[in-house]
Amino acid sequence: MKKNIKNKFYPIIFFTALLLIWEGISRLKVFPPFILPSPSSILVSLVTNFTSMQHHVLITLYEAIIGFIIAILLSLTMAIAMDSIIGFKKTLYPILIISQTIPIIIIAPLFIIWFGYGYTPKIVIVTLICFFPITISLMQGLATVDKELIDLLKSMGSNKIQIYKFVKMPSSMPSFFSGLKIAATYSIMGATIGEWVGGKNGLGVYMIRAKQSFATDRVFAAIIIITVLSILLLKIIEFAEKKYMPWLKFSKET
Amino acid sequence: MTKSNILIEVINIKKSFGSLHTLEDISLKLEKNQFVSILGPSGCGKSTLFDIISGLELPDSGKILINGKNYNGKTGRVSYMHQKDLMFPWNNVINNVCLPMFIKGENRKKSYIKAKKYFPDFGLKGFENNYPNQLSGGMRQRAALLRTYLFANDIMLLDEPFGNLDAITRRKMQLWLLGIWDRMNASVLFVTHDIDEAIFLSDKIYLLSRRPAVVREIFNMDIERPRDNKTLTSMKFNKLKEKIITLL
Ligand SMILES: Nc1ncnc2c1ncn2[C@@H]1O[C@H](COP(=O)(O)OP(=O)(O)OP(=O)(O)O)[C@@H](O)[C@H]1O
Ligand SMILES: [Mg+2]
Repeated sequence: MKKNIKNKFYPIIFFTALLLIWEGISRLKVFPPFILPSPSSILVSLVTNFTSMQHHVLITLYEAIIGFIIAILLSLTMAIAMDSIIGFKKTLYPILIISQTIPIIIIAPLFIIWFGYGYTPKIVIVTLICFFPITISLMQGLATVDKELIDLLKSMGSNKIQIYKFVKMPSSMPSFFSGLKIAATYSIMGATIGEWVGGKNGLGVYMIRAKQSFATDRVFAAIIIITVLSILLLKIIEFAEKKYMPWLKFSKET
Repeated sequence: MTKSNILIEVINIKKSFGSLHTLEDISLKLEKNQFVSILGPSGCGKSTLFDIISGLELPDSGKILINGKNYNGKTGRVSYMHQKDLMFPWNNVINNVCLPMFIKGENRKKSYIKAKKYFPDFGLKGFENNYPNQLSGGMRQRAALLRTYLFANDIMLLDEPFGNLDAITRRKMQLWLLGIWDRMNASVLFVTHDIDEAIFLSDKIYLLSRRPAVVREIFNMDIERPRDNKTLTSMKFNKLKEKIITLL
């Protein structure tokens, strides 16, 4: 615990210093406020605009969470299918890897054309962004299960489903969760990108509007909210991880 | 002995891993209610032989007959305790031990009740909810033995089940094993490095050669049962021990 505090001590000092310098520069009016608003004015803007932002926050959160959940379900199905059917893996795995070289932002307009300006294209984008890290990490987990544990179950006469239930899934949970953590932090960003490209609501739309009216303090306020939301989702996943895998506490600590 | 008394018959098993000739030609028999040990140098293929008997590995040639039927490559018939304890780190002790019953589709609560009865005997009482990483090597091994026993089979393959135990616990577990072997009318194939242990427990000992392994010698232990601590100092025991040691 003590170590933890010490680890956080230096970054906090550094960050505070940075904020103070920033505040100083802004107060001296080195740059006009629409280029670099001061941290204090951003904070004020965050507080005063919060009620009008609330609606957008909820929409972005909704898109991110729905997309994330769909990604989890899809990943579970795909990873297990690829793990159990070799032909499936051989066909899809290379395609999956190559698909990652396409930046999502350049295909996002397509989804707007196909799915309109509502929630759907945003959810699709979140799903696509989250799908990859979850699937890959789960597949890796499934592929590296201790073969001897599988053998032991087989010697007890267990069937394929039981092997997944009793060994493969629990054993790949740690890597599954690391995929979830990456995806969780991406999910809010994914929804925001979707909203930038075209939409009527959400934090992305809010940011674009703020930008167009040169209300840079509100752009920063939105950035803060996006960051906080991403961290919050990450923390929820971490909490679930600890809750779900209590045994990790005891593994090879010494 | 009539033919029907033979439970397991291993016939001319041969197994190589690539260019490594592990088992050259192994034949052995396990009769009903018999306790048979396999002694052999490290790396000669004892664990491999158990993998083959349990159906996890296929032999290059030869046959495994159980009750006269071919069991090459067929799993689920015998209970098999591997040399490593193979605890599932994400399950606590009770769930580890109950695993064979879960696989058979038995009710969770009933499995717990059945398993818990044995925890005191196995020195695991109070550790039901601990995770394997919180246990000592010996405790993990005892949990693995309990799990094997709860698979509840008439035939048990035990691969060095007491390898990690101290002398006192080891003796206790040996006596316990003899007890259940007797009560359950179980038949046991047992791998060990410990000559005393082999003599103390067995009706018959197969001595294997170095790799490529063949059966070098078969010893019949005509020491009367039930056996106890006195057996270990008896004349017969020591004569048998001498005979085996001179061959090693
Ligand atoms: N799956 C495998 N692939 C390749 N080689 C193997 C495999 N399993 C076992 N071997 C080799 O076969 C030989 C026999 O192994 P095995 O584990 O059966 O020996 P053992 O008699 O049980 O030894 P110990 O007494 O040390 O447990 C060893 O040299 C081992 O390296
Ligand atoms: Mg071995």
